[in-house]
Amino acid sequence: MKTAPLTFPIDDVERVEVEVEPHVEKWQDQEGNLIMILHSIQNEHGYVPREISMELSALLEIPLARIYEVITFYHYFKLVPPGKHNVAVCNGTACYLKGAPQLIADLERKLSIKEGETTEDREFHLETVRCIGCCGMAPAMVVDEKTHGRIKISDLQGILDETKKGGVK
Amino acid sequence: MSKLNPKTLASFQSQMSRPPNWASVGMDTGGIAAGAREVFDALVAEKEQKGVAAEIRQTGSNGLAYADPIVQVKTEQLPLITYGSVDSELAAVIVENHLVKNQLIEDHIIATRERSTTLDEQKPIAILVKDTSEEQGDKTSFFQLSLQQELEVHGIKDVPVHRAMDMGIYDQGLCIQLLPSGVTYSNVLTPDLRRIISQSVEKGIVVEDLLVEDADPQQKIVLRNCGSVDPECIEDYLQHGGYQGLGRLLKDLTPEQGIDELKTSGLRGRGGAGFPVWLKWKLTRDPESDQKYVICNADEGDPGAFMDRSVLEGDPHSVLEGLIIAGYCVGANKGYLYIRAEYPLAVKRIQKAIDEARQKGLIGENILGSGFSFNADIRLGAGAFVCGEETALIASIEGKRGSPIPRPPFPSVKGLFEQPTSINNVETLASVAAILENSGKWYAQFGTEESRGTKVFAVTGKVRNAQLVEVPMGIPIRKIIYDVCGGVLSGNKLKAVQTGGPSGGVIPEDLLDTPISYESLSKLGSIMGSGGMLVMDQNDSMVDVAKFYLKFCVDESCGKCAPCRVGGYQLLQLLEKIFRGKALDTDIEQIKRICEAMQKASLCGLGQTAPNPVLSTLRYFEEEYTAFIEGGASYARKVKRQLADLAKQSA
Repeated sequence: MKTAPLTFPIDDVERVEVEVEPHVEKWQDQEGNLIMILHSIQNEHGYVPREISMELSALLEIPLARIYEVITFYHYFKLVPPGKHNVAVCNGTACYLKGAPQLIADLERKLSIKEGETTEDREFHLETVRCIGCCGMAPAMVVDEKTHGRIKISDLQGILDETKKGGVK
Repeated sequence: MSKLNPKTLASFQSQMSRPPNWASVGMDTGGIAAGAREVFDALVAEKEQKGVAAEIRQTGSNGLAYADPIVQVKTEQLPLITYGSVDSELAAVIVENHLVKNQLIEDHIIATRERSTTLDEQKPIAILVKDTSEEQGDKTSFFQLSLQQELEVHGIKDVPVHRAMDMGIYDQGLCIQLLPSGVTYSNVLTPDLRRIISQSVEKGIVVEDLLVEDADPQQKIVLRNCGSVDPECIEDYLQHGGYQGLGRLLKDLTPEQGIDELKTSGLRGRGGAGFPVWLKWKLTRDPESDQKYVICNADEGDPGAFMDRSVLEGDPHSVLEGLIIAGYCVGANKGYLYIRAEYPLAVKRIQKAIDEARQKGLIGENILGSGFSFNADIRLGAGAFVCGEETALIASIEGKRGSPIPRPPFPSVKGLFEQPTSINNVETLASVAAILENSGKWYAQFGTEESRGTKVFAVTGKVRNAQLVEVPMGIPIRKIIYDVCGGVLSGNKLKAVQTGGPSGGVIPEDLLDTPISYESLSKLGSIMGSGGMLVMDQNDSMVDVAKFYLKFCVDESCGKCAPCRVGGYQLLQLLEKIFRGKALDTDIEQIKRICEAMQKASLCGLGQTAPNPVLSTLRYFEEEYTAFIEGGASYARKVKRQLADLAKQSA
C-alpha cells in the first residue's frame, strides 16, 4: 500500500465521479447499501475521503450529514488517511490480562505517539482494537495484514523494524 | 459444478473419498497467525520434493488454540495423529518420518481424547508417554527410557515409545496411551510398566486398575466438522453429511414440522439470552407478510470470545445450511449474514460457501426441486458492539447508525425493512443443521431439562490450555477448566471465572461446581452469554477487571438513552476513583444505585447488562473494593505496580 497523502488528490469533479461510480454500481439496487459502499471505498483508499462522501451524497441522493452520521458512528470507518503501516494491538480481555496495556504503553513510547495517532513521518498508525479472536495467542497484535501472537515487550522493536524494512522493498 | 437433486444429495452420505495418506493443517485466523500458512507450504514443498503420494489439505481450527499451528496426519498404517506447535522445519520432518516411514515425532503429539477401554487382544503398534504431574519436574523422558528398556527385556523391538505433548489428562501422574486403540493408563508407577508390557503389549489385555475410564466430557455438535472439513470445499462438507438436514427438511417436512423438530430439540438461542429457537421462528412465521427475512448474527464482539469466528472459518456451510433451514421454516426467502469486518477470513469463507451452494443449487430458485427459493448475502459490521443487539443490528443492515429501538414490536413481527425477521446466532444455526440431520429427539438427549444440548465456550485467560470447548449443558464449570483445559496456568490458584463478557459476571472458585445452564448462571449473577469464559488467578484484581469491562461498554454505548450514556460514564468515574484509592465509603452505595438505574431504565441489552461485571464482583469480592477505600492511594499504587509487573512477566 502506498502512503496516502493528507488530502485527497482528486480535485476535479469529474474524476471523483469516476472514482465513486464503480463502488455505487455494485450495490445500486440493494436496499440499505450505504455501509457496504463505504466498506468498498475504504477498502480501496484506506479511509473515506470527504470529496468522495460529497459525490456519494449526490449520487445516492442522501444528505451528506446522513453519510457522516454513519461514518462517525462506526469505529471501523476512518476520515483521515492511515499511516503506511497499521499497528493494531488487541485489547480483548485475554490480551488485557496478559499485558496488552503494557505493550501499548511501550509502543506509544517507541513511536512517540498516542494510541489512535499516526507518526509524523506517516510510517506508523497505532491503534487498539477490540478482540481479534486470537485469544489463544494472547497478547496479540496485527501489523498490516500479519497477526503476531504471544508478544513480549522485547519483541516489539524487532517487529517495527521488520515492518519498516518490508515496506521499503 | 452441476446442481444437486435429492437423489444425488443423498448419495453423498455413503461416499467418503479420501486418499489413504494425507495431512491437514488448521488454517483459521489463530492458526495462520501462529504460522500455519508457512507450515502448509513446507508440507507441500517437502511432499513434492520427496515425491510422496499424499494429500495436503486445509481445515479450520479443531479448537486447540493453545497448540497452534496444528497438523493432523493419517497414513494407512497409523491412526489419525494430531501434532501441535508445528513449525516449517517440523513440517518437513513430518513428511519424511511420518508420511514416508510411518514414524511418529517426539514431543508434539496431542493424544486423542477418544479413549478406548477395551483392547480385544489388539496389540499396540506404538506407545505414548507423558508425565502429567509437572510440579515435581517433568519425568517423561525418564519413563520413556524405562519403558524402552523394559520392552527390550521382553524382546519387543517393533513398538516405539514416544513422548506426547498433551495427553488430555492433567495431574494424574505418568500417563500412557496405546496406539491405535487409544487405551489410556494414568497414575502409572515404575512397577506398573512391567505389567503393562506383559499384559497389554504382549497379550492385548487391558490392565484394569490403571485404566482411564472417564470419557472426555466434550460433545461436539456445533464443532462437529471444525478441524476435519475443508472450509473452502462444499464437496468435503457434503461428504461429512452436510446439507442432509436441509435435504430431509425439504423432502419430508412442512415448515411447521421443522419448527416442531426444533421444539422437540429444546434448542435455545446461543447468542446469550437463551430464547427458545422454535418459538422465535413460530413468531416470525405467524404474521401475514409477502416478505420475511432471516439473519445470522455473526457480529461476535465480546472481547475474549472466538467461538463464532472458529465456526465461520472452520465450517461455514453448517451456518449457511442452518440459515437456509431457518428461511424455510419461517417462510423467508432472503437471508443476511451480518459478519464483523474485523473477521476478513470468515467473510471470505462464507462468501465462498454462498457461491458454491448457489452453484450446487442449494441456494437460489426451487432448491432441490422443493419449490422453495432462498437467497443469502453478506452484510459487514463496522466495529460497533451494540450491533449485536437485534434492533441495532437491523438498523445497521439497513445502512443506518446502529441505534437500538424500543421493543415491542419485536423483530419477529416488525424487523428488517419493517418486515417479520428472525435473527439467530452462528452457533444456533450450526446446531440447527445438526438437529435437522439427526432429529430433535437426538439433540434433546444432551444437556439438562431446561437447557438442552451443548454449548461452545472459548476458555482463555490464566488457563493452561486456551481453547474452544464444546460440552453438554449441565456439566460443572470446574470440569471444563480442570479436566478439559488442564487447570490454571503455571499452577497458580484459581480465583474466579468470568462468563458472558461485558454483559456477564464472575463466578468465584467455591461455586465452580455449579452445573452450567442458563438458569444456574443467572442465579449466580452472571449470564451464559455467547460463550466467553475467562479464567482469573489470585494475581488478578477484580476491581481492575470490572473496570475493564465497564470501560468497554461505556466506549460502545451508542448514546441514545441517558441511563446507559450518563450512568455508564458516572459509574466508570466512580470505579476509577476507587482504583486510584480516592474513594469514600459512600461510593459503594452510589455505585449500586447507578447500577440499578441502568439495569431498569436502559433501552437495550447493552445498557441493561453493563453493570453486571461491577455488581457481580461487588457481590463476591466486595473486600477488594473496600481494600482500595481503606488502603487509600498508597495501596492503589501498590496494586497497580503489582499488576504491571505481572503483565511484564507474562508478556
